[in-house]
Amino acid sequence: MDEMEAIKATFFQECEELLADLEVGLLAMQAGPADGETVNAVFRAVHSIKGGAGAFGFEGLVRFAHVFETLMDGLRSGKIEQSSDLVAALLRAADLLADLVEAARGGAEAEDDRTGAMAAELQVLIEGGESAGSMSAPAAGEAAGELDAPFSFQPLGASSPCEAEAPFTPLAVLPLDGPAGDAGPVAWSIAFRPRASLFHNGNEPALILRELERLGPATITLDASSVPPLASLDPEASWLSWEILLTASCEETEIREVFEFVDGDCDLSISRAGEDAPAEADTDAAFAALLASIQDPPAAAVDPDVAPPVMAPPVVAAPVSRPVVAKASTDPQVAAPQATIRVDPERIDRLIDLVGELVINQAMLAQRVMESGLSPSSAVSVGLDDLEQLTREIQESVMAIRAQPVKSVFQRMPRLVRETAAMTGKQVRLVTDGENTEVDKTVIERLAEPITHMIRNAIDHGLETPEARIAAGKNPEGMVRLAALHRGGRIVIEVADDGAGINRRKVLAIATDRDLVAADAQLSDEEIDNLIFLPGFSTATQVSDVSGRGVGMDVVRRSIQALGGRISIASRPGEGSTFTLSLPLTLAVLDGMVIDVAGHTMVAPLSAIVESLRPKPEDVRRLGPTGMVLAVRDTHVPLLDIGCVLGFRTEAPPASDRVVLLVEAEDGSRAALVADGIHGQRQVVIKSLEANYRQVPGIAAATILGDGRVALILDVDAVMTLRPPGASRAAESTLIAAE
Amino acid sequence: MKQTILTVDDSRTMRDMLRLALVAAGYRVIEAIDGVDGLQVLTGEKPDVIITDINMPNLDGFGFIEAVRKDVAWRGTPILVLTTESDAEKKARARDAGATGWIVKPFSPDKLVQAIRRVAA
Repeated sequence: MDEMEAIKATFFQECEELLADLEVGLLAMQAGPADGETVNAVFRAVHSIKGGAGAFGFEGLVRFAHVFETLMDGLRSGKIEQSSDLVAALLRAADLLADLVEAARGGAEAEDDRTGAMAAELQVLIEGGESAGSMSAPAAGEAAGELDAPFSFQPLGASSPCEAEAPFTPLAVLPLDGPAGDAGPVAWSIAFRPRASLFHNGNEPALILRELERLGPATITLDASSVPPLASLDPEASWLSWEILLTASCEETEIREVFEFVDGDCDLSISRAGEDAPAEADTDAAFAALLASIQDPPAAAVDPDVAPPVMAPPVVAAPVSRPVVAKASTDPQVAAPQATIRVDPERIDRLIDLVGELVINQAMLAQRVMESGLSPSSAVSVGLDDLEQLTREIQESVMAIRAQPVKSVFQRMPRLVRETAAMTGKQVRLVTDGENTEVDKTVIERLAEPITHMIRNAIDHGLETPEARIAAGKNPEGMVRLAALHRGGRIVIEVADDGAGINRRKVLAIATDRDLVAADAQLSDEEIDNLIFLPGFSTATQVSDVSGRGVGMDVVRRSIQALGGRISIASRPGEGSTFTLSLPLTLAVLDGMVIDVAGHTMVAPLSAIVESLRPKPEDVRRLGPTGMVLAVRDTHVPLLDIGCVLGFRTEAPPASDRVVLLVEAEDGSRAALVADGIHGQRQVVIKSLEANYRQVPGIAAATILGDGRVALILDVDAVMTLRPPGASRAAESTLIAAE
Repeated sequence: MKQTILTVDDSRTMRDMLRLALVAAGYRVIEAIDGVDGLQVLTGEKPDVIITDINMPNLDGFGFIEAVRKDVAWRGTPILVLTTESDAEKKARARDAGATGWIVKPFSPDKLVQAIRRVAA
């Protein structure tokens, strides 16, 4: 059962990939008439989802996928014409299919009105296409195109055995309706003569006879009388036949089933022993076998008296062949399949952890060697350098295992753009760039939300309505560009729009209105632009369905900063805005500033540090009884002694002869943190404090330094709010306000 | 000795399900992700039975079966196709291409093993 659960997980994972392929294919179709392989790929995606869903019993999903698949089948066979309306419907159907997959994953079988309506819409498209197509195809064949050929006469046998039988076996005045199996073992007489074609397809009579024996005791008699003398024997032809007397409590269908694969490749007759008539033929296989025996009288094993020559219904003879059901791809640039292995992510996490230890251990060893006074050119030191090089390479390689292209996130965006565009009534074209840029999987997973918000925001607030764009002399279709690139060991994501740009007058008015800035504040354009990141800010004059859900850019900024990233904005009136966010490539290591605090070595995350400086005595001012502020250029920020905040000491030494880190919290507020000294930047491997000890206020995590000592990593946000008791609250209000 | 079965399917889910059922039934399973990969695998392995999907990229099931049958070494190897809803037309096409039999999806492990038994010693 566990294994089935694991396969189910694989199925949903695969569904995501298939849905992404589906989307890519449909978008290609939207761009213009697609080649056969594109349509085929879309068909396969839907088909595979249906297949897996069937295996797990997601009936609703199967039903919808089936209609979708039928339409795609019509498209690829050319029965249905591709049109932009059709592709638009397919895109919506794909979105719905994704929802159904999601519902199935959640354990629900959501089959709401929407599904019914969409299925009906697809059905209309299917029927529209088919009726048009039937003009050029024989009516009978077309009708059977959807139902499979033998299916069309199955109802006869299935619904009412008596009726089915009446025209064929008038002699059978025998116990027609009594199921054979009920009355205990029945003796069956079977004649089986393989044709050459049976062997060509890899079937083996011996195996079939063996299967037959599983039904009950059988007496099998070989008839080798037609085997010619060796000299004239054609080894590829079929010369043998068998007579089988089987005693079994089974239905004839069960016997037929044994011969299922060789139906049409042999002459077969099955009858109850002692009867001269063939037993009731209640499967299509039986019909086919009978037909075969009639159409080929010399080979017929059926008593000619019993088989009236009129029995072939005319429809049966024509098997329907649909044009080009699937074709082998002739695309020359098909990549050779790459062998991949799947690994439990926990193993990789463990590996990354171990490599982290290795890096620390190596640094520790290097430091010890240095302390021992060995010459840098000594064999030990040279060996250590090599070790360091290797360690670094191992670390990079291990990180690369978890690296994945951002494609998986980018692929979700076309749908978002479509939906948002529909909701806001704007025309939007999404352009993506750099979707193969790789980044740690853990980072990718957390990128989706911020990117979603930024794109929604770009469409909702950035782009103008088509009318406004035309009035401004622009293309009525707005553009949103989503790009990813590597820069300086970090991944950079850009979301740009070619809209109106930030309306600074309005932003400032709102910010003033909401007391986010002082009414008389003089802010630069850049500072005004950054106001939109403040908590509680929303530029929408009316709350729209899209971005007005209390989720503003402040949330985006916070989630980015939680990842150790930064977000910035550049905007030009009339030309649009660009949001740029940069993130570390992995969450396992951190760029930090190593500092001294009251005799302890600590690490401050570099992403939070705006600058470090040595304050002049005259810039440090007292505010209230215990509060201190520092004048930094034209603003004042709260001055906090890290040692006091964390409780290492109660009395802070004068700040002026120490080092100040100007830091910025996730909400954009700034503070000056005083440290006793700084040792420079370095990459550290993050060790969870919560997992190994417990959560400590003001501390984000820990790391192990080269000398083997544990150093705590500062949680800058927490330090800023963890004011030592008695510190003046007034200091907070100096936030951005100018003097 | 364990019989070896080659499964050819572009769907990981389906390959996993086949593997689960076949390994439980005592078979050794090797896998390929499409027809081209399947032919590649056959250069180094000699499966007793081949089970293949029809709808696959690069080389579909029909093309794969034809290519396999063309090779004298595989003329008599049983090939079962995976098909849905007893699609008779596909069965017929698969048989024309040289398939030995078929397995209807979704399959039960019993049906699967029964189908294999019918074509392999």
